[in-house]
Formats: sequence, structure tokens, C-alpha cells
Amino acid sequence: MVTLEVNGKSRAIDVPADMPLLWTLRDVLAMTGTKFGCGQGLCGACTIHIDGRPTRSCITPVSAAFGKHVTTIEGIGATPVGKRVQAAWSALDVPQCGYCQSGQIMSATALLSAKPRPSDADIDDAMTGNICRCGTYVRIRAAIKRAAGGSGAGA
Amino acid sequence: MDTGSRVTREAASSSRRDFLRLTAATALGGGLVLGFAVPARTQVRHAPTTDAPFAPNAFLRIDRAGKVTFVMPVVEMGQGTYTSIPMLIAEELEVDVDKVVIEHSPPDDKLYVNPLVGVQMTGGSTAIRGTYVPLRRAGATARVMLVTVAAQRWKVDPSGCRAQDGAVVHAATGRRLGYGSLVDDAAKLPVPEQVALKEPNQFKLIGTPHHRLDVRGKVDGSARFGIDARPPGMKFAVVAASPTFGGKLIAVDEAKARAVPGVTQVVRLDDAVAVVGVHTWAARQGLAAAAVQWDAGPHATTSMTDIVAQLVAAAERPGAVARHDGDAATAIARAAGRLDAAYEQPFLAHAAMEPMNCTVHMTGEACDIWVGTQVPGLTQAAVMKLTGLKAEQVRIRNHLLGGGFGRRLEFDGTLRAVQIAQQVKGPVQVIWTREEDIQHDLYRPYYYDRLSAGLDPRGKAVAWSHRIVGSSIVARYFAAWIKDGIDPDAVEASVNQPYGFSDVHVDWVAQEAPGVVTSWWRGVGVTRGTFAVESFVDELAANARQDPLAYRLALLDHNPRARAVLQIAAERSGWGKPLPPGQGRGIALCIGFGSFIAQVVQVGVDKDGAVNPAHVWCAVDCGVQVNPDTIRAQMESGIVFGLSAALHGEITIRDGRVEQTNFGDYRVMRIHEAPLIDVVLVQSVEAPGGIGEPGTSCVMPALTNAVFAATGTRVRKLPVKDQAKSVA
Repeated sequence: MVTLEVNGKSRAIDVPADMPLLWTLRDVLAMTGTKFGCGQGLCGACTIHIDGRPTRSCITPVSAAFGKHVTTIEGIGATPVGKRVQAAWSALDVPQCGYCQSGQIMSATALLSAKPRPSDADIDDAMTGNICRCGTYVRIRAAIKRAAGGSGAGA
Repeated sequence: MDTGSRVTREAASSSRRDFLRLTAATALGGGLVLGFAVPARTQVRHAPTTDAPFAPNAFLRIDRAGKVTFVMPVVEMGQGTYTSIPMLIAEELEVDVDKVVIEHSPPDDKLYVNPLVGVQMTGGSTAIRGTYVPLRRAGATARVMLVTVAAQRWKVDPSGCRAQDGAVVHAATGRRLGYGSLVDDAAKLPVPEQVALKEPNQFKLIGTPHHRLDVRGKVDGSARFGIDARPPGMKFAVVAASPTFGGKLIAVDEAKARAVPGVTQVVRLDDAVAVVGVHTWAARQGLAAAAVQWDAGPHATTSMTDIVAQLVAAAERPGAVARHDGDAATAIARAAGRLDAAYEQPFLAHAAMEPMNCTVHMTGEACDIWVGTQVPGLTQAAVMKLTGLKAEQVRIRNHLLGGGFGRRLEFDGTLRAVQIAQQVKGPVQVIWTREEDIQHDLYRPYYYDRLSAGLDPRGKAVAWSHRIVGSSIVARYFAAWIKDGIDPDAVEASVNQPYGFSDVHVDWVAQEAPGVVTSWWRGVGVTRGTFAVESFVDELAANARQDPLAYRLALLDHNPRARAVLQIAAERSGWGKPLPPGQGRGIALCIGFGSFIAQVVQVGVDKDGAVNPAHVWCAVDCGVQVNPDTIRAQMESGIVFGLSAALHGEITIRDGRVEQTNFGDYRVMRIHEAPLIDVVLVQSVEAPGGIGEPGTSCVMPALTNAVFAATGTRVRKLPVKDQAKSVA
């Protein structure tokens, strides 16, 4: 048994140390908001935060999160920036099929936490690892700017 | 799947006739249930709906608390249908659309038939076209019945009452009764044969932008896709099918697989193997350890050069004639000039973000299935055939789809999961890795189109000949749709191309690639046809040294909707204004799914030949608009999807297997490549057209025409990749 802290709660789990966090979350903890997309860190659907840093959970062993704070889409709304990002996503109706949007929101929240006033180039850099096959990129860009504006920092 | 303008006419005519038969019933536990039947198309494979006119189609349920529930006959896969469909009902029912509860429909090709295709299907951009009148009528009928009950209670004339916000109000006295208090009596009333629908100028919801009703769960992680099913006791299986088309399983090292902690079982099938475990990680590791050996099968030497050579050779065979006006061959032979071109479009994968998956629990008595599907009824029928179970024993729980794009019009993934579940005790979720998903997709066919035109002395085309060569999806999927030897999908947007010539010949030659199963891909036949036709028209304009917009307009005298969208898109784009070297604008027109779309793409091509689509302008006339913001979203989506394919998309086959594996080598568009997109909606009172697909179809030739404008390089073979390199 090891202890994993997810969204502020300690969870005792019995998993191999090399098991990717993605499967720990989805299959062991039944937290299905974090999505499987590619298994190789290529698409970003599985993005979570470890100590606030955006991380591809499909290629990150659970051991990398021991003693650290894991945040997932289920918990990101409890942070001020995450809440603003979710609100901007809703206001602009960003999601279509919605499958990639957990990862998009986690990446966008990490970006805005690090850079409250991101440039277009900052957005490209931070978000280019997150694929959306529905092509919601135009609205993702607008929603990030809206969320940034909502911080009072301007966009 | 779609037959374009013919479908539109059918939809229009069926909406004029009064096919709707409503049935009312008291719901279990009280309340009003309304069901209704809409006509199936004549070429129906499964559903003898004419024998069952009173069978309900989709359900509208109002309980005693006034809660309104819609059972959706179509499924949400991103296209916004779970918002626009409720808007249709709510408009006439006078309820707050935000308070409506939405349920997925269970499988039933009779109850939930899509009137445009004949089975329960979400596809072909048909959702709004198939339901625009019937669902409004369902809402209006319920409203009339509720008003009738309220008027009876108050002993007043119904004309003095109105429905408003889920209640009936008596105008003179201001008395008010909520729907919930009226439903029990309403259920006892005969269903009125005729109800008046609102005139468009009375619409409060339809035509106004409305926020998506499914957003909340999609921003907080609570939305449930098929892959999120977690029935108690579920195990996880990772599957590997034969890497070559038609190959067979020879051997698997079961002991090594089972040595992996958490692995519970290895399931062998004829052409696949699955490793089952307590979580996906165990199953994946078990599969990696299993040292699976395959017999490569009969297609072990099949490669692209052979496939393409067969298509090119097939183009020499006489085709089935889809259209023959005048005598194009003679007119081209006698013309002052001629132009010939051939176009190739590659195999494509769907690569929906949610990899293929399906959860199945086989018991002695039933087969429970958790999946996201565009075709619940066809899936159920296929499982019945595989298992020998009856319809009531095959229980499909449909889910949100993490992308469809045509992939989930197929049920191969569900059948595979059922085969595996037949050997597993308890529920099992079968997941395809991304590599499995890309290498065992059912691919958009490889198409070879050859066009010729006869030209007058000024270069104007006067005769047109078009031969289409490729796989017939319809022959496999829905053979009854083939009429007079013509696959309507294979010749779509070609047989009915919009440009006016007196002599037109269109034919097609069916040529299957050995071992490769083909299927629907966003835009279906319209995507193939639009690329060929709009590329060739652009070549004709260039050959005549004329402006591509003006050249098109001169051939579209008879088509004001097409002219309008072309002119609007061109005007918005600054068409005709000079651009710096290395940049160019391309234009294309797409008429499909009952909608008219024109797009201008502006590209920059750098010294290395990299094509950067910087800006897309899109004018849409899709008839009556239900949710304008959904139309914009679908254009944005279709444009990115189409650009992604046109720039990079290509599945290639070598030695009988797909070469691409994951997003590293099956490249799709990312945010830094995405253009600015301006969508202009054209106001229209025409019948509503489909919007999920034509944005994709239109943008591919608009892009390659822009590459030509920027560089002089004509891209006749998709994807573009680095074809612009030598000239830039």
C-alpha cells in the first residue's frame, strides 16, 4: 500500500510503482475525468498537475507523484484559476465532443497560473501538446484570453 | 450515406405530407408520454415502419413534477445535437430548454428511426434535417393538449389561454397551472390530428444562439463516455488484432502474459488476442509480454504501389453511368481545346480522441453493452446475430461519443468486445490502444478521379467528363442503397456538380483495395467529389487565365444560393487584393447535405514548402438556422478537420499492414497550425441543411487552390505534405 494525494485527499492504493498515473486514476480510483488518448504523451488528453506542473499522466509512473500534490480535472475547479478557465470554456461553448477538454483545461490552467497574461506564442507553446480532433482551437485560444482577462490582468 | 440534393427534396416533401402520428399514454408513475412516428425512407433494410405507424419514434415525457425529459433519437458526438434538438421541442412546447433532461435512446431501429436513412443512425449530417418538423410538431401537440386540459379545468375557451415557461396561463385572469398538474388528464385526451406550428417570425429559440446543454460535464470531468463505464466488478482487456489484413493468430505465450501481476486471463480469437487484467496497465503489460505470433495471411505483400496501380488500371474500364447529358465525349473531342487531370485522395483514419472501446457483460441470459455508437440499432442486430440472443437480451447503453467522424457508424469494435466477453466471467472493458485504433480503423477509401473538359476558344468549359474510381462503402454497409448499379455515395458531389454544361458524363468504377475495409469518413462522398470538382474547376480557370471566382460565377447563373455564398466568402476575404509573394488565396464551393458553403483559404508557403493556412473565411447557407452558434462551431470544426487531413492525413499500407501507429506518424492539426476562422451565416428560409460535414469537404480544395495561387504548384494528390517545396 502506498499513499497518493489527489485533489487534496489522501488515497491508499495498492499498485505497482511503475504503473502510469493515468491508469491509477481511471482504473483504480475510478476517476474517469482524466482521459486516455495515445499512451505516449503525444495528445495531452491525460494531462494532470503534479505540484501545479502540467504532466502527461499516461507516461508518468505513479511513483513520480508520491509525496506530491496531484490535481485532476475533478479538482481543478477548486482553484481560482481553474475555476476561471472552466467558466471561460463554458461561456464560449468550447467543447464539442469534449473528450480532450479535460486535458485542454488542465494545460490552460497551468499556463495561466504560470503566465497570467499569455501571448499568442505562449498559448501555442503551452497548448500545442493537446490535440483536439473536433478542432476547437479557435475557441480554446479565445477562452484562454477571456480567462486571463477575468484575472484583471488583461489579455 | 447521403444523397445530397435528392435527400433534401425527400425531406422537404415528407415534411409537407402529414406523416406524424402521435400517441399519448400515461407514464408509469403518472405523467404524460408522447411518442410519434415519422416515415422511413423507402429503401429500408430493417424497419418495416409502414406496418407500425403508431410506434413511437422519440419520446417526450412530462412528469407530475413538471420535469420534461427528451429521449434523444440521435447521439451527441460533439456536433451540438443535444442542444439544437431540444431547442426544436422546447420552442413549440414553451418550456425552458435549460431545464430539459436529456436521455440517450436505447437501440431500436423502429422507434428511433432516422427518417433520412431508414435506421437509428446519427450520421450524414441528417439530425436536424430529419427532425426539424416532426420534433416541433411533437412539442406543439403536447402544448395543445396541456392547454386543452387547463381550459377545461377553468371552464374557459382554450383560445384565451397560452403556454408559457412550462405552464398554461389564462390571459384574462392571470391564473396559471404548471404542466405537471395537467399531465395526467392530458394523457387521457385524444391526440389532435392537426396542430399549428409557429411561423418563423414567432420563434423565440430557433435561430438564436443558445449555449450548449452538455458543456458542464465536459469542463469538470463528469461527462461519461463509453470508456468511462465502470460496472461493478469490471475487468480491463487490451486487444491486439492481426497486424496484417486478413492474418491469423498462430501462437501466444500465455504463461508469460499471466506472469504479469494483475493479469487474469488471455483470450484467443481466430484473428486477435486479448489480455485481461485488473487494470489496463496489467493488461497492456501482459500483452507486451505475450510474444504474439501471427500468420500474415493472404495480403502479406500488398502495398500502396499495387493498390494505386490497380485503381489507375481500373480507370480504363468502362464505368457505370451515373449521369449522361448530351454527348460529352464527342463534344470534348470536337472542342477547340481540352484539359485533363487526375486526382488522388488517400486512405484516411478517423483518429477520434476517444480510442475504440466497448464494455460488455455476457451472462447466460443477456448481453449488456456500454458503448458510444452512432448506430445502436444496427449494433444490437449484429450482436444478436453473433450471439443468438434476442433483442430484449442485448441491452445497449449508449454514451457520449468522444468523436465520431463516421468511425462509430461501424460496430466492429462492439463485436470484438462481445467475442472477448464471451470468454470472460463478469463485465470486461475492451480498450484499443491508439496504435490498434489507427492500424485497425476502417479507412476512408483511396479515390482516383479523372476529369476532362472540352474548351471553347476563350477557355470556357463547354463539356465535362468525370470518372470516379474507388471502393464502394455502400456495397458493404447498405447494399440496398445501390440503384441501377450506382453507389450514390461514390458519385456524390460529382453527378450533381453545380456547374452548368450542356454535355456532362459522370461514371464510376468500383475497385476495392485487397484486404482493406473502407468506411464513412466526415463528409463522405461529398468530401471526395468536392475535392475533385473544385480542383478541376480551378484548373480550368487558371488555364483560361481567369479569376477563379469569376470563372465559377459564370457557370452558376442558375444557382443563386451558390453564387451568394461564393460572393460573400470572397468579399470577406478581400478577394482580389494583392498579397505578398509566397501567399495566396484559394476558393471552393461545396453543395452537400442540403447546405451551400463557400470558403476562401489564405495560405503562406515558406521556403521549405511548409504550407501555413493563416485564415479561412466561410459563408454558409444551411437554410433555416436552429442554433447559429452550433453552425459556427461546426464550420470551425469541419475546417480544422479538413485542413488536418489535406495537409498531413494519409494512411499507407506496406506488406499488408498499416504503416502509421500513433499521433507521431499520423499527424493531425495542432493549435499552433490552426488558422483564424471567420464564419458568415447567410439568412435563409429554405429547409434546414446539414452542418456537421460540409465544412470539411469544402476546405480541402480551397486549401490546395490557395497553394496554387501562392506557388503555382497544383496539388492533385492529397495530402499536400511538402509538394509545394520545389517552387516556393
